[in-house]
Amino acid sequence: MGWRLIRIYTILVYLFMFLPIAVVVLLSFNANQFGSFPMTGLSTRWFEVLWNNDAIMRAFRTSIVLGLMTAAISTVLGVLASLALVRYRIPGRNLITTLLIAPILVPEVVLAVSLLLFLNFLNFGKSFTLLLAGHVIFTLPFVILVVQARLVSIKRDVEEAALSLGASPRQTFFAITLPLLMPAVAAGGLFAFTISFDDITGTLFWKPGGIETVPTQIFSMLRNSISPEINALGTVMIVLTVGLPLIGAAIARKLATRSGL
Amino acid sequence: MSIEQREARQPWILLTPALTAVTLLLIVPLMFIVVYSFWLKSAVGADTPGFFLDNWQEALTDRFYRDILLNTLKISAITTIACAALGYPAAYFIARSKGNKVVLLVLLMLPFWISYIIRTMSWINILGVSGALNSALMWIGIINQPIQMLYNETTVILGLVHFLLPFMVLNIFVSLDGIDTNLEDAASSLGATRWQGFLQVTLPLSLPGLAAGGLLCFVLSAGTYITPVILGGPRDAMFANLVYEAIIGQLDWPLGSALSLLLLMVLGVLVLIYNRYLGMAQLAKGLG
Repeated sequence: MGWRLIRIYTILVYLFMFLPIAVVVLLSFNANQFGSFPMTGLSTRWFEVLWNNDAIMRAFRTSIVLGLMTAAISTVLGVLASLALVRYRIPGRNLITTLLIAPILVPEVVLAVSLLLFLNFLNFGKSFTLLLAGHVIFTLPFVILVVQARLVSIKRDVEEAALSLGASPRQTFFAITLPLLMPAVAAGGLFAFTISFDDITGTLFWKPGGIETVPTQIFSMLRNSISPEINALGTVMIVLTVGLPLIGAAIARKLATRSGL
Repeated sequence: MSIEQREARQPWILLTPALTAVTLLLIVPLMFIVVYSFWLKSAVGADTPGFFLDNWQEALTDRFYRDILLNTLKISAITTIACAALGYPAAYFIARSKGNKVVLLVLLMLPFWISYIIRTMSWINILGVSGALNSALMWIGIINQPIQMLYNETTVILGLVHFLLPFMVLNIFVSLDGIDTNLEDAASSLGATRWQGFLQVTLPLSLPGLAAGGLLCFVLSAGTYITPVILGGPRDAMFANLVYEAIIGQLDWPLGSALSLLLLMVLGVLVLIYNRYLGMAQLAKGLG
């Protein structure tokens, strides 16, 4: 009896999480010109409207460039730091870990304010660079957590075998460690990209006037009212942010099986 | 240099870029706004450096700020409790189910990848005047006129719960999944009912996960800026909205610094208490 109740409860919890999102997708295909219920038919007109909206397309380009740059920088910093934390015995390891994870322990508003004010004091006002610096700093902890978790599962034996067979440390890194690390690198980069792509709070503080990312663009559109265009944009975002990691996971799995370890 | 010395230096070379970034972009800026919070905003031009207590006095004694701070903590507490109540049974179901565990977990992770602002605004489609619920109620004939269900404290909490629930479920799941099921069997073979076994064995062992999820939910909702703007009314501002208003709206950066630090200190105390009793490792487990 108890188990059945828990099952029904769980189904309701999942419905609670997914029903509103399903409604966004459903309404984005709504033919009704106000984009609300009752639906009068199916149509892709809102996606066409979206495609022809210059502001949104510009926001998309900004978000993608910002996300890619954030992912590149964060992943390099994060992978190097994770290697040090997992592979070496270093004094003060806990303190260093806490320090590196600190950006997610500090509320994002506080992080945003302090970075904005400090860089402004150094005559470095709101700019794309500030935006990038901000995105790097708060995606870094996530990259480190993800990469560390994967690194722990790679055995040192393989590297030691290569070294004992006469490979130089550099050869060992590029021939053994890096290929084994690739799934972790890919996962970290993907995570950083998605978090950057999705961020709004920090971005609102850091972005210079005239630059919008997709979330801030949606935010300013929501000020007026919810239009079917926003639902269509939401659907595109869902497809992108859910589809990308799934493709990424598939590639990571393929890489992992090909290396055979 | 000997090999040992090089070996000992290597991790620090690897750590330098990340540590430099965190120091320059987080630690130093935080120290900077501590200094800045004692400066004074001047009507024209640059703020006046110095040691003035005005901003702190305003942040700590103004009733307006205090009420919003207390309200923010109240909303965060309700959100956290609601997440625990909704999340615990679901996490238990996932941890103890046999066949479809992976599917359930992947589904649970999906919302992390779906844009926060999209998830928040999706409630307008449900509860808005021309939303799903009003349309359904009118279609059934319970109401003739659509009712405004949005833009109040309840919808803010609803939006926060919807946003934070996956964090809670995931953390509880991680600790439930680590419990040896033999313990429950042992309890029942010693004569405990399933419910007793749960209360006295499983629940206490899963408390670290519950605490980690609770901390995340509380801290994330207390720092939230977007949800009250989208789903709340004019009187449902939370503390982060005050900070935004001071910094971006009023351009009163010294006061904004003091308000940010106040929020940081209140939440910092919570994190410290948590760290004292449970340690950061549990938190890392649920995030990784």
